[in-house]
Amino acid sequence: MARANTFNFTTFKFTFWKVVFLFWMAAGLYATYIRFTQGLGASTHLNDQFPWGIWISFDVLCGVMLAAGGFTLTAAVHILNVKRLHSIIRPTILTAFLGYILVCAALMFDLGKPYNIWHPLIMRNPHSVMFEVAYCVMLYTTVLALEFSPIVLERFHLQKPLKVVRGILIPLVICGVILSTLHQSSLGTLYLIVPEKLYPLWYSPLLPAFFFLSAIAVGLAMTIFESSLSSKHFGLQLELPVLQELGRVLVVVLGVYAILRFEDLANRGALKLALRPGYEMYLFWVEISLGIILPLALLTQRRVRSSANGLYSAAVLVVLGFITNRMNVSITGFEGSTGVRYFPKWTELAVTGMLIAAGFALFGTAVKYLPIFPKEAVALQPLAEQDSTLPDVSGVMEHAGD
Amino acid sequence: MSKALLYDSTLCIGCKQCEVACAGQNKLPYDDAIAAEQIQSEHKMTVVLTRNDKFMRRLCLNCNDPSCASVCPVGAIQKTALGPVTYDASRCMGCRYCMVACPFSVPKYEWGKLVPKVQKCTMCPDRVAQGKPTACAEICPTGATKFGERDELIAEAQKRMHDNPGTYVNHIYGLEEVGGTSVLLLSAVPFETFGYRSNLSKDPMPMLTYRVLSHIPDFVPLGGMVLGGIWWITHRREEVAVAEGREATKTNATNKNGRKS
Repeated sequence: MARANTFNFTTFKFTFWKVVFLFWMAAGLYATYIRFTQGLGASTHLNDQFPWGIWISFDVLCGVMLAAGGFTLTAAVHILNVKRLHSIIRPTILTAFLGYILVCAALMFDLGKPYNIWHPLIMRNPHSVMFEVAYCVMLYTTVLALEFSPIVLERFHLQKPLKVVRGILIPLVICGVILSTLHQSSLGTLYLIVPEKLYPLWYSPLLPAFFFLSAIAVGLAMTIFESSLSSKHFGLQLELPVLQELGRVLVVVLGVYAILRFEDLANRGALKLALRPGYEMYLFWVEISLGIILPLALLTQRRVRSSANGLYSAAVLVVLGFITNRMNVSITGFEGSTGVRYFPKWTELAVTGMLIAAGFALFGTAVKYLPIFPKEAVALQPLAEQDSTLPDVSGVMEHAGD
Repeated sequence: MSKALLYDSTLCIGCKQCEVACAGQNKLPYDDAIAAEQIQSEHKMTVVLTRNDKFMRRLCLNCNDPSCASVCPVGAIQKTALGPVTYDASRCMGCRYCMVACPFSVPKYEWGKLVPKVQKCTMCPDRVAQGKPTACAEICPTGATKFGERDELIAEAQKRMHDNPGTYVNHIYGLEEVGGTSVLLLSAVPFETFGYRSNLSKDPMPMLTYRVLSHIPDFVPLGGMVLGGIWWITHRREEVAVAEGREATKTNATNKNGRKS
């Protein structure tokens, strides 16, 4: 089925999304040329007052956050043994794997001397959060590659390596969950060292916990988001009952996050800043409304939770809200103390756009050529799929060990 | 033991000889245009600021427990026993976390270069190792910048404040800020005038992150055990269910064989 759809110039048609893709690739490649021939100064609006821009804020902080579905879902399916979620685990692992590849790519743009990226392997400073981040990126990308490998090995019928990977699956998943916990929280820990620079609406000793909890929320939201998109785009059956379950968990996680966040603001005496009109206040409420208030208002209603569109909208809001959160922590929160406003240069936006476009394209390509969605399982054994009271035979057999 | 600089802004005449000597020592360009720049940058490691006829030097304070050294993933920045906080460009990969983390926003970056370095005053580590004062202290014509033992310089600063009541604000900047620094400052006007932060903790900053990082070695085996335990319990239930109904259906038997246990 997928085989028939190979690239052919005579049948190639420009669609809206292909044009968007080509636009970002062209702009991004030109920006890449500028970055690597003229340096960071010419290709960014970064300066001594503002050394980290959107390549860190969006590409790295948000990129890692958006990949959080990988560890959330593998933990739910393989550790907690929630079999109902099995059907969506492969696209989620794919998203996480692509996310981490793009984070690594973004780092190559942002690092002043990217060819020294391997230095933490031999030059170690265990007191540095960045050292922890470097190891988490390296190790978790490896774990994701291994978690993803059965899909590729299956496609090429390589039984021996497949058996090996499936044999170490549970230790692998446990490593992945631990590394993700460390990595997600460590991106918050990065900012613990700047209490005097980061605006009190965002600086908190609990930053690591906030980053970790919100990563789980976003992981769930991204899973809903990408399942909905995939079902539309690839004409697959939407796993609505599964997504509803994720929606319920999302309500709980968001609720816990919201309470913790506001308790922390109150305890630190920063709550009054949330009502002091100004740049920071507005962006704080954008973040809170998009990420917490609106999705909670939507998802607590059964009517919304049981509709595909309702779930999709809530998921998009959560994702946008927490993207705003990461941008606030890493950009908005610093503008007051540094006294400068930062807005990315076109080249920074072009590179980020190129990486996002590449992400979508790679996802589409992978879905086309690899067994990502359990089409056959749905088609062949519909009865076993629906019967959730008995151990789910078809799902287990189809993906034993991935 | 630990060396330090004492800068007394009331003795400073703003001649900028320290800027000249610093540029020479670090092989950086210096001319009238650069002399007029009132900001630290990748080509100006120290600057004599002028505000309402008052002078104040800005330079790396070479903290006793520096944030920059603690956050550097590859150990490119090191605090030496003698006092200087040094930088090794060959180790640096350019993550710029030191710039984000420094409470004094001292490290600057060579944004215009393809092979960029972090630039900051490193308190002339080679000279200090040879027992010589820093270039800026050596050239200072009025003794406003003085090099010596940190303990002795603190005693001297306190004596000057005691002997000249009303001359100084009642604060030795760098005595306690972020756990103390190897550069001590005296001023007749509040330090905030020159952009020195007054909201800094007396505790070294690196503990803020290390408090969290130090739990990782404990967390990893604990997390592995908890997750492994949950896996064991959730899958054991299923095995039991299968074993109890072993004879009942063929489906369940297939399931048991399908799982690794």
